[in-house]
Amino acid sequence: MANATLPIELPELTTDDLSRYSRHLILPEVGVEGQRKLKAARVLCVGTGGLGSPLALYLAAAGVGTLGLVDFDVVDASNLQRQIIHSTADIGRKKLDSAEEKLKALNPTLNVRKHDTLLTSANALDILKDYDVVADGTDNFPTRYLVNDACVLLGKPNAYGSIFRFEGQASVFATKDGPCYRCLYPEPPPPGLVPSCAEGGVLGILPGLVGVIQATETIKLILGIGEPLIGRLLLVDALTMRFRQLKLRKNPECPVCGANPTVTKLIDYQQFCGIEPVSEKQSAMKNGIPQLTAKDLKRRIDGGEDLFILDVREPFEYQIANIGGKLIPQNDVPQRIGEIDRNREIVVHCKAGGRSQRIAEFLKQSGYPKVANLAGGILAWSDEVDPKLPRY
Amino acid sequence: MTIFIPTPLRPFAGGKDAVEVNAGTIAGALDELTQSHPDLRKHLFTSEGKVRAFVNIYLNDEDVRYLPAKEATEVSAGDTLSIIPSIAGGC
Repeated sequence: MANATLPIELPELTTDDLSRYSRHLILPEVGVEGQRKLKAARVLCVGTGGLGSPLALYLAAAGVGTLGLVDFDVVDASNLQRQIIHSTADIGRKKLDSAEEKLKALNPTLNVRKHDTLLTSANALDILKDYDVVADGTDNFPTRYLVNDACVLLGKPNAYGSIFRFEGQASVFATKDGPCYRCLYPEPPPPGLVPSCAEGGVLGILPGLVGVIQATETIKLILGIGEPLIGRLLLVDALTMRFRQLKLRKNPECPVCGANPTVTKLIDYQQFCGIEPVSEKQSAMKNGIPQLTAKDLKRRIDGGEDLFILDVREPFEYQIANIGGKLIPQNDVPQRIGEIDRNREIVVHCKAGGRSQRIAEFLKQSGYPKVANLAGGILAWSDEVDPKLPRY
Repeated sequence: MTIFIPTPLRPFAGGKDAVEVNAGTIAGALDELTQSHPDLRKHLFTSEGKVRAFVNIYLNDEDVRYLPAKEATEVSAGDTLSIIPSIAGGC
């Protein structure tokens, strides 16, 4: 079934509902029946960040009866440029509490269910099973594949959106005859190849655009109207303001939604995405590169050790905050490798540890005998060593 | 024809969002692209020369995997190729 499966007995609208939703009620495509469907509907927003903020706000405003929110994070100042459900006064609060307050202020009859957890293979089916539509607004590949597979296994449509810098993608996956996320991308990229928003940046309004597209698709699935984005991938380029559409096909050999699925229960998605489990021992070494904590690095600098600190971020990031390392942006390292002293121990850092790990691996391959990575980057330095260092 | 370069791959294509090539087939167009921008090759193809599983190539709005002639499909000047890598951001 392309649309959401709702209970046969729809709730009645109250007098307050009739006035609140009057602009819906006079639309023939929604009407009283449609508004009752919205009231009956239960939607799960995975993530209450950039995409989840506009998504949850519009769904609450539209009269969706039950909204589930999955998040375990707290509000950080750097979220506020785009996560419009949170306010300055919420910094340090749980995102779930902050979001619930805004949503209930907007629509007091809304039933909010808070899932204060990381979505995992152990809890995903149990959390998702009580919802009619899932809206995936997470920020990492393991959770993307987890949400997809759980939606396919449970038969729940997934209003999908993702963003990067100025570009967004949206679609509706895991409907009965439609393609799923794995039909589009059978495998994830290797870890570190595609930067996260924290590393790559994102234009603040972009999740607004894409999250509202997800909200629109969610509402259409509940109402059973229009043409949902099933079998279509919508591409949004905010810089050129071009919207393009590509055809998506259900892959008959898809490992999860194909005719002969090989994925019939949830798997280890960290492993599937090539992410090694973090244990004490392994976190100290990654792909042959020692991982220094910010505290370790501070201790070694203070101890007078001869370290070559290489900062591979961009010049504008260096201007915001730096720890006095030699600045060579990651893409310039191959051409400027002569500026990096082969005879000293190199400690590479970036903002969060992703770019610097790749450069550390590159230096090692280029014959540098001693190369380490600052785990967690300059953010970890700000957390553990120097709280006065600006975070961005 | 025009090849659209997505944001994550622009650093490997001299920062360009689109590259014009003059080729007779999809394979020819991708070849020309990676010859003028060699850094793109490892992001688009495996060491065996196959398109990577997390990258999709579209001729106009059609997935090349589902075209009968696949990469051997003939192209003309007005066609566009889009490279669509997976992105996961939502934060």
